Amino acid sequence: MINSVGKNQLNKIILRIFLYLILSVFVIYYLLPLFVMITTSLKSLEEIRTGSLIALPRNITFEAWGTAWSTACTGIRCEGLKPFFWNSIFIAIPAVIISTLIGAINGYVIAQWRFKGANIIFALMLFGCFIPFQVILLPMARVLGLIDLAGSISGLIFVHVIYGIGFTTLFFRNYYVSIPVELVKAAKIDGATFLRIFWSIFLPLSLPITVVTVIWQFTQIWNDFLFGVSFSEAGTQPITVALNNIVNSTTGVKEYNVDMAAAIIAAMPTLLVYIFAGKYFIRGLTAGSVKG
Amino acid sequence: MSSILNIKNVNKNFGKISVLNDININIDKGDFLVLVGPSGCGKSTLLNCIAGLEKINSGDIFIDNKNMSDIAPKDRDIAMVFQSYALYPTMTVEKNITFGMKVRGLSDEIQQKKLIEVSRQLQIETLLKRKPGQLSGGQRQRVAMGRALVRNPKLFLFDEPLSNLDAKLRVEMRTEIKRLHYDLGASMVYVTHDQIEAMTLATKIVVMKNGFIQQIGTPEEIYNHPANIFVADFMGSPAMNLIHAQTKKEKDNYKINIKLANGEVASLTEKRKLKLPKDIIIGIRPENITENGSKNKQNAQVITSNVDIVEPAGSDTYVVTKLGETEVTARFHSETKVKIGSKIDFLLDLEKASYFNPSSGKRI
Repeated sequence: MINSVGKNQLNKIILRIFLYLILSVFVIYYLLPLFVMITTSLKSLEEIRTGSLIALPRNITFEAWGTAWSTACTGIRCEGLKPFFWNSIFIAIPAVIISTLIGAINGYVIAQWRFKGANIIFALMLFGCFIPFQVILLPMARVLGLIDLAGSISGLIFVHVIYGIGFTTLFFRNYYVSIPVELVKAAKIDGATFLRIFWSIFLPLSLPITVVTVIWQFTQIWNDFLFGVSFSEAGTQPITVALNNIVNSTTGVKEYNVDMAAAIIAAMPTLLVYIFAGKYFIRGLTAGSVKG
Repeated sequence: MSSILNIKNVNKNFGKISVLNDININIDKGDFLVLVGPSGCGKSTLLNCIAGLEKINSGDIFIDNKNMSDIAPKDRDIAMVFQSYALYPTMTVEKNITFGMKVRGLSDEIQQKKLIEVSRQLQIETLLKRKPGQLSGGQRQRVAMGRALVRNPKLFLFDEPLSNLDAKLRVEMRTEIKRLHYDLGASMVYVTHDQIEAMTLATKIVVMKNGFIQQIGTPEEIYNHPANIFVADFMGSPAMNLIHAQTKKEKDNYKINIKLANGEVASLTEKRKLKLPKDIIIGIRPENITENGSKNKQNAQVITSNVDIVEPAGSDTYVVTKLGETEVTARFHSETKVKIGSKIDFLLDLEKASYFNPSSGKRI
């Protein structure tokens, strides 16, 4: 009896060890590229040429980071990533705010102020989420030309807002649809208007879904390359396009350390967003199913 | 008494489905009107129409003699309590109660004064700083009532306010609503599917089914003189017994013949001045079928039948027997000694019986 209990215990421990072993393998496999990127970016070119790919840097130097930020060449300009980083910020922040706000109001209307054809409109918006980027390139270029926004930061904001509305509406609609309709009825009898109900009752309820939407939109917009490369011109390119140009414009020696540093800089904002708001992301995705 | 709510020829449909058909109701100031019926009968829709949350397709609704057709919910001088309470989740109890006053632009002093008044009345003073999520069902219900009370409206609307509470709390809150109605002398419209709630609270009951009004009357009228088989069956617990029978005209009264389970026919005499067709359905409440030997009433008639089931319910014991094709419930004294399977005399008080037409279901 005692013996079999002990055996069971032992089996469990062995299984545990096996489980963690497998998990560790996958963690290493998954994190290895990031490790190589970071270590390479901290090495000098000399060391990269002579050392091994996965070895730790012998002398840590931030030179490559400085170069990537302010002097690396993208084509014929040699100002580093800095101006493009700011371009991306100026594109992403307004586009995220505007598309999230529009999504919130759309979702509020579709979920709580049912009108004839609401379902059809929602279905069409949902369909918008599935339209591939490539399909809208030409029509969008034409539209941007017509409204005189071609090649500008505002143009890119416009594109990202339009393309994002489908997703943001979907998020907010699904969140608001779980809120009892009686809340709106009660507020109507209390005398609150359409916007007042949204502002005083629904928006304060929306923190989890807002975080989800902001993370989603920010990641999408920051990481976008196709729209960035299609609808920008020399001074308005986002950081993803600039990164591509840095890696592709070599003068003689390929500076792997600078490339790696540039890639990390370009990925940094989305990484930070996930680290700081990640737990809200999970919470927000599962919210709504839980009753208040 | 002057009319506070007058509903005239109201029709409402959702697309092709009509949910309210030619509704006419009039109540006076201080009345407690209960709309009762099974789910899907249109009672909640009617309440929403009164509140202005749903548009009516035709007809008129007057509140305090003013036509409400083009008037928004907020300007109808009503307050409403919902089944799900509909408290604003991110606001404290205090904010929930004062939200309406704030929207309407009342001064802070008035808001505070009313808040204190109402929270004292409902005994929720200690909860003011909490959020709805931190309250129990009963407390939420009180807050929801508080939100209605601060408005001091011409008409209170209640949409199944007690359905989400457990049985004990429901009875407590029912008493409280009744007391509130008495204290305030307010006019109320109350929707429920619970016929006991309807009976205990109402001064006037409207029984509805499939969008049609079946009967309007005082609880006493509805209970003792149901207008048709549906009302008879719906109101009262246990339900009214409905027994098929044949009549035979005699000199100045009717013989009523009921087939018993064993094939024999029991013959009763109806002495009231009535005009009955050949086939009828007798509607008789359990309390009007008693044990022989208990105080014999004047018009009481005896039927001998087998006891099928005995259900002690504390204060009473229900005895089930079979008359004709139907199971009949009788209400006996709790100290009754009857046993299942025995053959006993049942005493029917025909004076209290209702008669219905079997084909139309209407009261005769």
